[in-house]
Amino acid sequence: MWQKLIYYLTNPSGTDYLLKKHGEKTAIRAGSLSSKWQGYAETAGYNMSSMPVAYAHSSVKKIFCRQAFKSFKFIVSITQTIRVFMGGLQIKKQSRKYDAVIVGSGAGGGMATYVLANAGLKVCLLEAGPMFDPKTDSCQLRNPWESPRRGASTKYRPFGDFDGCYWGWEIDGEPYTQSGEQKWEWWRARMLGGRTNHWGRISLRFGPKDFKRKSIDGLGEDWPIGYEDIKPYYDKIDRLLGVFGTNEGLDNDPDGIFLPPPKPRLHELFIKKAATSIGVPVIPSRLSILTKQINNERGQCFYCAQCGRSCKVYGDFSSSSCLVIPALKTGNVDLITNAMAREVLTNKEGLATGVSYVSKNDMQEYQVEGRTVILAASACESARLLLNSKSQRYPNGLANSSNVVGKYLHDSTGADMGGIIPELFDRKRYNEDGVGGMHVYSPWWLDNKKLDFPRGYHIEYGGGFGMPLYGFNWGIENLNGTYKIKGKQKEAGGYGTSLKEDYRYFFGSHVGMAGRGEAIAREDNYCEIDPSVVDKYGIPVLRFHTKYSDYEIKQAKHMKETFSEILHAMGAVITWGGDDGPHNNYGLHNPGNIIHEAGTVRMGNDPKRSPLNKWSQAHDCKNLFCVDGGPFVSQADKNITWTILALSMRTSEYIVDEMKKQSI
Amino acid sequence: MDRRKSIKTLLVGGASAGVLVEACKLADKKTNAPEEQHVAASPYDYNRMQEEADEYKRVSAEKFFTPDEMATISILADIIIPRDDVSGSATDAKVPDFIEFIVKDMPEHQTPMRGGLRWLDIHCLTRYEKPFKDCSHEQQMEMVDEIAWPKKAKPEMMQGVAFFNLMRNLTATGFYTSEIGVKDVGYMGNTPNQWNGVPADVLKQYNLSYSEKELKECVSFDVKS
Repeated sequence: MWQKLIYYLTNPSGTDYLLKKHGEKTAIRAGSLSSKWQGYAETAGYNMSSMPVAYAHSSVKKIFCRQAFKSFKFIVSITQTIRVFMGGLQIKKQSRKYDAVIVGSGAGGGMATYVLANAGLKVCLLEAGPMFDPKTDSCQLRNPWESPRRGASTKYRPFGDFDGCYWGWEIDGEPYTQSGEQKWEWWRARMLGGRTNHWGRISLRFGPKDFKRKSIDGLGEDWPIGYEDIKPYYDKIDRLLGVFGTNEGLDNDPDGIFLPPPKPRLHELFIKKAATSIGVPVIPSRLSILTKQINNERGQCFYCAQCGRSCKVYGDFSSSSCLVIPALKTGNVDLITNAMAREVLTNKEGLATGVSYVSKNDMQEYQVEGRTVILAASACESARLLLNSKSQRYPNGLANSSNVVGKYLHDSTGADMGGIIPELFDRKRYNEDGVGGMHVYSPWWLDNKKLDFPRGYHIEYGGGFGMPLYGFNWGIENLNGTYKIKGKQKEAGGYGTSLKEDYRYFFGSHVGMAGRGEAIAREDNYCEIDPSVVDKYGIPVLRFHTKYSDYEIKQAKHMKETFSEILHAMGAVITWGGDDGPHNNYGLHNPGNIIHEAGTVRMGNDPKRSPLNKWSQAHDCKNLFCVDGGPFVSQADKNITWTILALSMRTSEYIVDEMKKQSI
Repeated sequence: MDRRKSIKTLLVGGASAGVLVEACKLADKKTNAPEEQHVAASPYDYNRMQEEADEYKRVSAEKFFTPDEMATISILADIIIPRDDVSGSATDAKVPDFIEFIVKDMPEHQTPMRGGLRWLDIHCLTRYEKPFKDCSHEQQMEMVDEIAWPKKAKPEMMQGVAFFNLMRNLTATGFYTSEIGVKDVGYMGNTPNQWNGVPADVLKQYNLSYSEKELKECVSFDVKS
């Protein structure tokens, strides 16, 4: 009897047999277990009489059993017991070989999972973070007082205590280093769906010019594809995922298939009037939020303005809710969460064979095999994986004969400004939440040939009655002595009933704007493997070397001048962001701070100058792909998410085709 | 799923039950008034990573302010935000408890707060031979008036001004993020809604209107769908 148990526990296929035969319930009746084996289970940390919910997943590491009335069932941890029995760390190989192993469940990885699973392929999706389902895990509609810190930012949730993103600028035990003149700020999410759970839902297509920038201004590089190659995929994504906006016939901000946008809010009407009067266009924004229902699986937006917390009714796009969770329903996906990929494995022919990873659940090492490997861990993490996947054939890292992996790293530029509109003091209260983002925006409107910087930017707008959170009206002593309050000139600062009147008076009169622009991708902006530092998993970390050029600084200067004009035209008084100048690069944010990093595994026709071809397929290794921000040659005056989704869908369909043809 | 079902799924997700039951009724109405919102039965039971839960446990078990310091904080908080005919006071809204937690959660506030409180007490001892909390109300207000007005304060009082600014900011943050304070300042969001644009009377007040294009293209709740 015990020999059988030992056989099952130590033989991986025996484990499967154990599972299939006995299902989720009993492994062995506890009554027949010797005290030694009960001891092993207890050592593994399991209470023999507890009743957890039955839980198993197909790459099985643990079996939990539900206690029944009469018969006593117990809990057995397969791997922990093996460890206790075998005595130490080892690499466990999954018995199953998949059609695709996908690393990362964000926009790119989620889309690849969705396409491949729906095409009938078997997918193993590795996600470095835990499970996250907005339906159950979102903090949507929580009141500020339900957080002891009233929604303030923490290391774990830099965008606020209710925000829908685990981790951010720093992760315990996972450092990164710098070697450049400017600090690179690196955002890393660790959760199912990645940053798409909390992002701004700004879903902008690239325009035709955005693929051919070198032909236009001689800088950077052209993409090996054009708008006509990606348009069919933008169309499919608009329909599949839903985005609101309007068709404006703009030549570089293409029309799409849009749901109706929400009406502008009060401060947005002020902005529209003022900006238009000085020649800055203001049009409805384009956000992936469902103002109309598009299918039975997802609900319709109910205007709580909390997209950043992720949406319990799936009313906005997150890779978790809209791609991975539906893909799981096909039965073709094995999702392994808390799996930190270590490197891509290759054979002596130079093809990818799978991925090795460490499980954060048990700190054990695993390998999983696939016919293809698709990296979507985010631009820098995918580059890191490639650079860390060294072998005799690939001494410089996998797919890196061009020596370009990690280079051409770039982010959106960012500069902002804001103030108050005295005309909006003491205004009537009503529910002004709207969607979780701006209802209007300004697409790039000028001709760069007439300017001293080569690329454009769009403008995002904010303001209105926001939910009071930590920091509410901080610094009122700078406001309440400057403006008359209900006709009375007051002394700055103070206390009491008069102060309460001041807080009410200013609420809802703030306005802000932010520019998000295109930086030039340059070879000397890069990330590389730090030669001496490893993270807590023993994986060598990235070292960043980045610096903005005069082009980006001049663009930020233009942003500031434009914002100043718009604010002035609407009768607003600038209260922040107005003091920036040449001394601080006009308030240009550090590279990486806008969290749109791209370019580190760029695509191109020439294998000597780019790791990937126009299908995001590695030139050096035909069954290896990258579908996050890595492949981007440049990133336009938009952000990259909608294009990541379109390119990932295109690449995934290509993979399905190639597999059918047996080419990979 | 339709609007009603989608809103009802929120009940499963654990958001405030009171809001949602009423919101379902609101779904076809045109009112903007939010219903009474209920606090979750056990505080701070919202989605947390294990690391966050562990840190909260550790931090909240610490003790920073002494009872004397807390007494002073409570008096100051109620001077800054007293009860008026609109809403309660800072202590009504449990602001001192919030401040007690936040300095442990944000250690950068600890020295400015502890130092500021001691600065205040030293000045009161010098003038009135009692620490701030034991002075008479008139003495307390006399002291506060020396540090509550940044543009009028004497140069030698500027450290007190900096402390009182911090005290004012923390009190206001704690107050206006409480249930009492959110109601006072008039935030009406955080509830399922139908955004049909700026109300007509507000548009009129600011001499604004929606363009024909906007009226045609934007989501409208005027017609029952």
